[in-house]
Amino acid sequence: MSLLRVSVWRGGASGEFRAYEVPRLESQTVLDVVTYIQRSLDSTLSYRFACRVGMCGSCAMTVNGKARWTCRTHVAKVADNDWLEIAPLANLPVIKDLVADMSRFFDKWVQAKGRFYGTRTRADDFARVPPGSPQRQAVDAAIECIGCGVCYSACDVVTWNPAYLGPAALNRAWTLVNDVRDTARVARLAAVAGDAGCHACHTHMNCTERCPKNLVPTASIAGLKRSVAAAALKGEL
Amino acid sequence: MNTRTQVLLWTAQRASAAVLALGVVVHLITIIYAVRNGLSAAEILGRTRGNYGWAAFYALFVAAIAIHAPIGLRTILSEMLGWRGAAFDLLVLAAGVALALWGWRAVWGVFV
Repeated sequence: MSLLRVSVWRGGASGEFRAYEVPRLESQTVLDVVTYIQRSLDSTLSYRFACRVGMCGSCAMTVNGKARWTCRTHVAKVADNDWLEIAPLANLPVIKDLVADMSRFFDKWVQAKGRFYGTRTRADDFARVPPGSPQRQAVDAAIECIGCGVCYSACDVVTWNPAYLGPAALNRAWTLVNDVRDTARVARLAAVAGDAGCHACHTHMNCTERCPKNLVPTASIAGLKRSVAAAALKGEL
Repeated sequence: MNTRTQVLLWTAQRASAAVLALGVVVHLITIIYAVRNGLSAAEILGRTRGNYGWAAFYALFVAAIAIHAPIGLRTILSEMLGWRGAAFDLLVLAAGVALALWGWRAVWGVFV
């Protein structure tokens, strides 16, 4: 049986990579590797996962320098000569080992007014949104985000400008800007505007390149830029 | 600086970029034409002096640069060096004013 050489980050903000050897298996995922280390080699290793099937967005880590969801990333796809380097997500504080503190990431969803504001109650009829309408199509293109933080970790602008809301929060805001039932459009556009908002994006497209759900946050951010600029010129901001 | 001003700066940079896209092409063609045809300084001045078309084009070109460059500089310096705040905004505004004055002075110099 061949062995995989794995360097795993141990510690918090300061720490070191520690080397492990893990049996190489067929169809092995990076999450399988981390789980093997924790269960068979070093039970003090901390990491985070839940669903194991690419739905919950909790197992994202930096694998050989790139942010990835580890449960759906096969070792065969990312290993470099049977070598893996696994670190916590970049652009977020490290709590311990492979666990990043996601608070800042989700706080920015709140800052971007990432929640729905409606007027209907349970007593009202369903809102009817035609599936083919341009707004619904724009929502459909961006709605499947699982909040894994891969885009945020991969974003250069977040690194350079820590106040930047980041691709996921802006992508979420874009789905709500296009939700015809939502009533907080102008307030949301104001929340995502300016130096810490959508206008800080340089269109590097790292988020789009790395998104495990194949979303295009860059397009969502471009849509926000247009909508916000139009609102500013109309004096709505 | 309030959010609306930040958005208008971004819009101004986009609009000035559109002007520069055309302006740079015309400027490069002009340079290549002047160099390949071996025009002397006197011959160039003969074409620019009193020519309202060239003066208007380069006055607009300078204005687009003076708008575009400082806004970009503001972003680059804030991201690379962490420079932010009102004093820094005034500094890049001064850079924009200086670019405009130097540029228009040059345009005036070849017009009169």
